[in-house]
Amino acid sequence: MAYDAVIIGSGLSGLAAGIRLAMFDKKVCIVEKHTVLGGLNSFYVRKNRTFDVGLHAMTNFTPKGVRNSPLGKLLKQLRFSHDDFRLCQQHMSEIRFPEHSLRFTNDFEFFRQEVADQFPQEIDRFNKLVEKILSFDELNLNDEKTLTSRPILESFIKNPVLIDMLNCPLMYYGNAREGDMDFYQFVIMFKSVFVEGFAKPVGGMPYILQLFEEKFKQLGGELRMGSGVTSINAENKTVESVTLENGEQLIAENIISSMGYVETLNHCAPTLKETEECETGQVSFMESLCVVDREPRDLGYDKSIVFFSTQPRFDYKVPDEMINVTSGVLCCSNNFDYPEPMKEGLIRLTNLANFAQWDTLPRKDYIAAKKHWRDRALESVFTFFPDFRDNVVFLDSFTPKTIKKYTGHLNGAVYGSPHKIKNGKTPVNNLFICGTDQGFLGIIGATLSGISMANLHVLRK
Amino acid sequence: MTIDEVRQIILNILEDIAPDEDISSIDDNTKLREQIDLDSMDFLDIVMELRKRFNIEVPEKDYEHLATLAGCITYLQPLLKDRLAAS
Repeated sequence: MAYDAVIIGSGLSGLAAGIRLAMFDKKVCIVEKHTVLGGLNSFYVRKNRTFDVGLHAMTNFTPKGVRNSPLGKLLKQLRFSHDDFRLCQQHMSEIRFPEHSLRFTNDFEFFRQEVADQFPQEIDRFNKLVEKILSFDELNLNDEKTLTSRPILESFIKNPVLIDMLNCPLMYYGNAREGDMDFYQFVIMFKSVFVEGFAKPVGGMPYILQLFEEKFKQLGGELRMGSGVTSINAENKTVESVTLENGEQLIAENIISSMGYVETLNHCAPTLKETEECETGQVSFMESLCVVDREPRDLGYDKSIVFFSTQPRFDYKVPDEMINVTSGVLCCSNNFDYPEPMKEGLIRLTNLANFAQWDTLPRKDYIAAKKHWRDRALESVFTFFPDFRDNVVFLDSFTPKTIKKYTGHLNGAVYGSPHKIKNGKTPVNNLFICGTDQGFLGIIGATLSGISMANLHVLRK
Repeated sequence: MTIDEVRQIILNILEDIAPDEDISSIDDNTKLREQIDLDSMDFLDIVMELRKRFNIEVPEKDYEHLATLAGCITYLQPLLKDRLAAS
């Protein structure tokens, strides 16, 4: 029994690719090594509470009826209605630095005004930069020489603090590269965060994933959970089958893998020489989830998401210590426009973290280190924002090590390799990648990645 | 299939892939792209639906014939003329 396609990984990109193929009567099977759907955008349950991981908010929010935006395209391609996603918009978010604060909503003109108020001498140059961004074709799938963003930003904007402030949310929400960002990626992120904006689905990741799973199965797709791939069997640079952990072989015409580029090549048998030349991602995070006994706004946290730096300049890189406590992201899930208030208050804190240091800790020290660094991170937050420690009723944290364990991404690199393979091709003829390492990031990006790779490499053949 | 039946099956496909658009007002001789916000991804869907429903293969070089509704009808009617409209 041969499949037209086997898809490795049941994250959003894999599920979306699966839906596209099943929609056109392809025989398709998604294999997932974990027992839970979602990959990098998933969820877990602790003490009867369900927490999203990955998702702070969905970027790329556009209202119902907008059809040429990434969200609009995704809905059309997967044949969902906008209402199916049950999106609730953010109230207001903020970029907070020691000397400046820039607030933003899902109305770009509000943000433009904030820049004008905070950086009046920069507003004309900022507007010119925005023009360049809006006219840039960032979705071109052909791999061209990449431009880095800082030199381009510096050619428009003179004040380095404004550049850092613009970079801060865009890097936290989608930069695989330390220090600087590829310009096309900057454009994707700028549009998805500032021009479009944030929303959250009622029911969070479990709801969205279930929606995708149901559609995939209704269309006749097969989903195998707890079925890790041990090898991609590719003699003569053509895949004939994949071998699963239980020893079973699935024969397939095409393989679409969302494992990550290097991770995928690492699974090929015989070994590919190209594997050694790949750049692996390094950027990972520690995140702490703080359940509080009241609405976050009653504790002084009225923003949906806050990107902060307690230092005048922001540097996006793997910290020398276990985590970098001087900068981070605060997400108050409650501060979205839900029809019903959430049952409990939830404040999430995300900080850049060092995978190698977490990975090499002995088990007994690991638990203590999580607590120690969570306390340090919160102390740093409280130099800028109100202290909520007395209101915490539940705390949990995960680290780069946790991310590696559940997603298989090397170094717990949530945004994958800095080198994206935009056309999804690998050295093996009928093996393609989708997801994080293909280049579209975030929930909408991952989904579009699965769609475009399924279209390009399987449906158009 | 008659020309009217071919026209109807194309409209049915458009309705499925662009459920929020007003299909009834489509002008046969104006580009579909200009009337109902179709992009290249959507054209792929038209082609895929033709393959799925009628087993018709439209090679990529012929996509230009699908630019208008009239073009679709001219291109597809010879391929569909021996088929029954029922299904």
